[in-house]
Amino acid sequence: MSHDAQVYVRSQTEFEYIKQKRKKDMRNQVTTFAIMIFLTLIAFTTVAAGFSVYLIVPVILLLAAIQVVLQLYYFMHMSEKNHQVAAFFLYSACLIAFTFILTFLTIIWWG
Amino acid sequence: MDFNKKYTPQTWPDHPEQVTLEGKNKFLGFWLFLGGETVLFASLFATYLALKNKGPSGMTFSTETLFELPLVFVMTMLLLTSSLTSVYAMYHMKNHNFRGMQTWLAITVLLGLAFLGLEIYEFNHYVHLGFTYGQSAFSSSFFTLVGTHGLHVVIGLGWIILLMLRNAKRGFSLYNAPKYYTASLYWHFIDVVWVFIFTVVYLMGVVG
Repeated sequence: MSHDAQVYVRSQTEFEYIKQKRKKDMRNQVTTFAIMIFLTLIAFTTVAAGFSVYLIVPVILLLAAIQVVLQLYYFMHMSEKNHQVAAFFLYSACLIAFTFILTFLTIIWWG
Repeated sequence: MDFNKKYTPQTWPDHPEQVTLEGKNKFLGFWLFLGGETVLFASLFATYLALKNKGPSGMTFSTETLFELPLVFVMTMLLLTSSLTSVYAMYHMKNHNFRGMQTWLAITVLLGLAFLGLEIYEFNHYVHLGFTYGQSAFSSSFFTLVGTHGLHVVIGLGWIILLMLRNAKRGFSLYNAPKYYTASLYWHFIDVVWVFIFTVVYLMGVVG
């Protein structure tokens, strides 16, 4: 299998530009991380504060979903180009995952 | 086949993990694998939710009495931070800074080991209380779900350590860049699963 690739030598300007861009991307990643920490803190304090179960459960599930989307789209780069097939694999898996959980829970509730 | 070709920061491609055919295949194959992992964990989550708090009559163990949030909070923070440190590692890979990447991966490994240590402590504590694997349907499903995640942490740590050691004196090439990239994807995926575990198992367990 090929490990070869065309070598492209960047000009100094291109090199400076791409370095700046990567730095900016990394700053965004740190912001994403701060948001994820914040969401986790909200989830734990909501539970510690002792609100009604019917409020807590939907709220923490929503917070978890947001955090996972951030992780997938930013930390795992799904927001970048060339990730259509990756997204297709993952969303197909999510569909099966959802079916599993629905099936198992309805068996218990109705059984 | 010249996969030991040396690059400089000037010539290093923007997406070193995806320029070669091998890299592209690894990338796609790995996402397919992550889809499979999602299905695996979904089946374990579904089993856990169905069997939660169920066991022999007179069982005193329940999610409300068993779980302690401070420990789970510390574990969550450790794993979440290790996710950021592996993002830093990939940032340095893009900049062709091998030393920087190895350093951040080493920090990731240390955070992962701390997480694993706490998980072993937690399981050990439960077993001492009498909440063993075979104690009830609840305990089996709990240990299988959280233990499978723990096994993934062990595999991820072993993988990253082996990569770091094997390539320590090689530096970057288009041959090992996809390997590092997929290992970091795997590490992020471990954190994705943990987000659902701390929410569905621990937080929802404490509220009942």
